Amino acid sequence: MSNHNYVPSSKLGKWFNDRLPLLSLSAHVTEYPTPKNLNYWWTFGGILTFCLVAQIITGIVLAMHYVAQADLAFASVEHIMRDVNYGWLIRYFHANGSSMFFLAVYIHIFRSLYYGSYKSPREVIWILGMMIYFLMMMTAFMGYVLPWGQMSFWAATVITNLFSAVPLIGESITNWLWGGYAVDSPTLTRFYALHYLFPFLILGLVILHIWALHIPGNNNPIGIDIKKPSKDTVPFHPYIVIKDLYALLIFLILFAFFVFYAPNLLGHPDNYIEANPLVTPTHIVPEWYLLPFYAILRSVPDKLLGVVAMFASIFVLVILPWLDTSKIKSAVFRPLYKQFYWILVLDVFLLGYMGAMPAEGLYLLVARVATAYYFIHFIIILPILGFKEKTIPLPLSISEPVLNGTPNLEENNKTST
Amino acid sequence: MKFFFKTICIFFVLIAFNIQKVEAEENTKVLKVEWSFKGLFGKFDRASLQRGYQVYAEVCASCHSMKHLSYRNLAEKGGPEFSKDQAKAIASNFELTDGPNSDGEMFTRPAKLSDKFVEPYQNIEEAKASNGGAYPPDMSVLVKARSGGANYIYSVLVGYDDPPTDVTLDDGVYYNTYMIGNKIMMPNPLTEGLVEYNDGTKATEEQMAKDVTTFLTWAAEPHLEARHKIGFKAIIYLIILSILAYFSMKRLWSRIEPKV
Repeated sequence: MSNHNYVPSSKLGKWFNDRLPLLSLSAHVTEYPTPKNLNYWWTFGGILTFCLVAQIITGIVLAMHYVAQADLAFASVEHIMRDVNYGWLIRYFHANGSSMFFLAVYIHIFRSLYYGSYKSPREVIWILGMMIYFLMMMTAFMGYVLPWGQMSFWAATVITNLFSAVPLIGESITNWLWGGYAVDSPTLTRFYALHYLFPFLILGLVILHIWALHIPGNNNPIGIDIKKPSKDTVPFHPYIVIKDLYALLIFLILFAFFVFYAPNLLGHPDNYIEANPLVTPTHIVPEWYLLPFYAILRSVPDKLLGVVAMFASIFVLVILPWLDTSKIKSAVFRPLYKQFYWILVLDVFLLGYMGAMPAEGLYLLVARVATAYYFIHFIIILPILGFKEKTIPLPLSISEPVLNGTPNLEENNKTST
Repeated sequence: MKFFFKTICIFFVLIAFNIQKVEAEENTKVLKVEWSFKGLFGKFDRASLQRGYQVYAEVCASCHSMKHLSYRNLAEKGGPEFSKDQAKAIASNFELTDGPNSDGEMFTRPAKLSDKFVEPYQNIEEAKASNGGAYPPDMSVLVKARSGGANYIYSVLVGYDDPPTDVTLDDGVYYNTYMIGNKIMMPNPLTEGLVEYNDGTKATEEQMAKDVTTFLTWAAEPHLEARHKIGFKAIIYLIILSILAYFSMKRLWSRIEPKV
């Protein structure tokens, strides 16, 4: 926070700024000292902000035409696709936008895991991020229910039924969630109301997330604390703004490809069949971004414990700053952690794949092993690794490795091992 | 930077590989047709759409509804593009119940351009009762509701065959090579010469299947042509803008010494 003493040049500006320091805020954001060695994995914060705003704007337009009533919902979506001006574009943007949002958030989270951005003094940023992620999943799930296709209906049935696993009051909870004795119009209407509400909660958390970020400043690929501002930093504007913009545009090319040329590739064909409580689809699968959790849920034989495992898989992430005992942030200087990191990435991909497959035979076995490994990584490997691992010496500043040519970290690795 | 690009490239390759794999899996199951509406500039074949509508109207429509389409759609850009008068004439062939009038009576009148396609049955129960218990699905978004899409619909239409010796079929159930489970309640709808095309095209089974599938694809995705057109422009625009952003970025960052 470097701009507490910012003074606007105009008299009016000063008058206003004394009463509401918006100009100070804007000066702070402009000059915010950012490590100059941030790589492109750091651009996803900006991309995610874009995704959230785009989802909110397209979502509000869709809400103007959508009808949240079981007999009319499916037809109202078709009305949007056919009769609303550019309704098809807005809906495809919104539907694929959720996938792109999750793609970006997964990259963002895994970047944080790789470079240790969750560690002191950034624990609160991380926890706020996890809360955002959790709300995103709930929002996406409820959004998926709104078109009221077969997958919408049966996903809602499967997920809300999870709460019936709660001992004693389980059934009351599900009935309360449904607003009746089965998933029906009241369920749809309340999901719609919450689907409209949650993005604004996310927006609030995002503001806190960024606020919390601006206290210690960005982590960086080397993971050392740097003096701010200094030779190691650049002002946010224009250096980071233009870089984020460039990355966003590349991201948008991929986004546009999905929206315009493969708008239904990431969806399920069954969701173009209107919801029918009497016909169960052969495989009920969630959207791709929820598959790893679905695999964890199904790999536990007991329903209640499955639900517990699923929530625990997110909870271990929340307490991650205290599970990881290593003081070194960046995986660049942690040769062992680096390997375990990539195994975890593979493990999560594997879980995702198993989530899409039927829970039987070999698939189920692999899903169980992958689930077990997921928890072992966080609960056993990370705490031990912090004590056992021999790390590579850290450079003193960002400029140091930079001045000796490119940050030849691979070579550093070799010489030290 | 290099690493970033490498990773992104790998990511793209993975996606492409997966899509190809998905398509390859579909290929083994269904016939693949070279549709004019596939690809970056894919457009519908106008004549095929008009013929397809004829097949739909004369064959499919007696059982299958298409409740999300309106008669005006037939004259809209990007569709079969019948003239407005032709579409009006088509609509007026159908009768629907409207009302109540000022006397409180319901009455029947010919359909207008603004009306939705008239459905063949009053309700699902009637549809089932008339079709041996099977409900002929609404065709508005059928192509999007089946994995394999247009290729799958086409394959089922031409996939009727005699059952293998080890398969026994109940009454009113037919064997189809491409239908999931190989059993279908719909009798083979297309036989050569079933419809007479105005434009002189020979109405072979394959031709009719192709035309009606094209029509159904348009019905499911009426703005496909606009989507492809806008998409191409949008992506070109984004590419140019990102090149400009790239060089602006290089220029700005060249002030920062040493270069990162």
